[in-house]
Amino acid sequence: MAVELKSWKELPIGGVIPGGATPELNKTGSWRSKRPIWDAEKCIHCLQCWLHCPDDSFFVKDQKITGIDYDHCKGCGVCAAICPVDAIEMVPERGGGK
Amino acid sequence: MKKVMTGHKAVAEAMRQIEPDVVAVYPITPQSEIAEYYAQYVADGLVRTELVPVESEHSAMSACIGAAAAGARVITATASQGLALMVEVLYIAAGLRLPIVMALANRSLSAPINIHCDHSDAYLARDSGAIQIFAESAQEAYDYMVIAQRLAEDEKVRLPVLVNLDGFTLTHSSQVVETLSDEAVKGFVGEYKAVYPLLDVDNPVTWGAFAMPDYYFELKRAQQAGMEAAPDVFLQVQEEYAKLCGRPYRGFFEAYKLDDAERAIVVMGSTAGTAKVVVDELREKGERVGLLKVWLWRPFPRKEITEALAGAKAVAIMDRAISFGNLGALYLDVVSGFAGREGPVFVNYIYGLGGRDIPVEHIAQVFEGLKRAETGELRYLGLRE
Repeated sequence: MAVELKSWKELPIGGVIPGGATPELNKTGSWRSKRPIWDAEKCIHCLQCWLHCPDDSFFVKDQKITGIDYDHCKGCGVCAAICPVDAIEMVPERGGGK
Repeated sequence: MKKVMTGHKAVAEAMRQIEPDVVAVYPITPQSEIAEYYAQYVADGLVRTELVPVESEHSAMSACIGAAAAGARVITATASQGLALMVEVLYIAAGLRLPIVMALANRSLSAPINIHCDHSDAYLARDSGAIQIFAESAQEAYDYMVIAQRLAEDEKVRLPVLVNLDGFTLTHSSQVVETLSDEAVKGFVGEYKAVYPLLDVDNPVTWGAFAMPDYYFELKRAQQAGMEAAPDVFLQVQEEYAKLCGRPYRGFFEAYKLDDAERAIVVMGSTAGTAKVVVDELREKGERVGLLKVWLWRPFPRKEITEALAGAKAVAIMDRAISFGNLGALYLDVVSGFAGREGPVFVNYIYGLGGRDIPVEHIAQVFEGLKRAETGELRYLGLRE
């Protein structure tokens, strides 16, 4: 998403950002060095990964995991560590993947 | 009403009359009595302020920032190492444009540890983004605490303001102070208007967000605009206050017998009182000497000070702190106004470190020394060679 940069005269005082939930506008997943791969077959939808994720990067519908938001996931691996059925595997971003 | 009181009491009285929503403060000599008086006011039910007894000055300023962002009017006070501990977060208060008013009971910085007055603590915060005002007397400390509130909170300014008063010399000495009525002060400072208050849950905002290289520079430039707006607001508020109190506050500095002065001293804080005595004595002998006492140090009123000193032949700029490895900070401030133009000879005097007494004889030595001086000289006043 291309963002037009504002002049210093247009900024709210003190760098305040009016409005909530602004992180959604900012794609920060490019920092990730490891990518969580979710295995829908193994998943028991306990939602522990969704609960622990510090970046709210698990998509949930009808109380079931449906995927991972790679635009915001930083690859911390908390989800893989907490998953009771090893349904999430961390793989290197470059040259990785299954 | 005229009363005899210490600088501490004068500051605490102004605070009581302003009655901020939150005071977060940690005791440190020579500021502690400000905190003690205010805690007593809270305990006695004289004010409805939330007093936050924090565990350090870092926490004091952090609590002030949180309260100010939440939408509260906030005052604190500190000195010396306490300010040093606050500085990390003081920069954040300024960057977030939070109008926190602080009384700074000027005291030297360690090492060696010393509890007495100099301005090294104020100099430490010089580039923090806080506005800095210096008081000569307990009366000025009281008056500028009230003025500072309006200056800090002005919508164009919105910056922390430090009101400097010399530790012990002003904080612990009893002087006659004329206070305004509670109603007059409350009317003058008015209702606090918060900007983007966090407690306005219907209009959520983000405070303290990260800024990458694409925005950090613009945000710091916008912060400078607060400083740029401050001089005009300072003059407006000062004029309004002068009418209210009947005392002749006018301008960024006090020019004492300066108009036709050939030799002049530039100084901040209580030493101006001593210097005035010497100016009067020398004037009686027919010597054309004068004094420029800086009230507003940051933002620095360069243009006005340059004009005020342009007619002098020699000027002594007195710094009550060393800027190690260079001439004093106030010296460089003043001299910068004369870059590329003719001006007086400027000598820098470092004086009064760690509470070293400054008797009238020493000020007389400065005026005498200005008869033979070269620009760029760094002299130490009252030092054993």
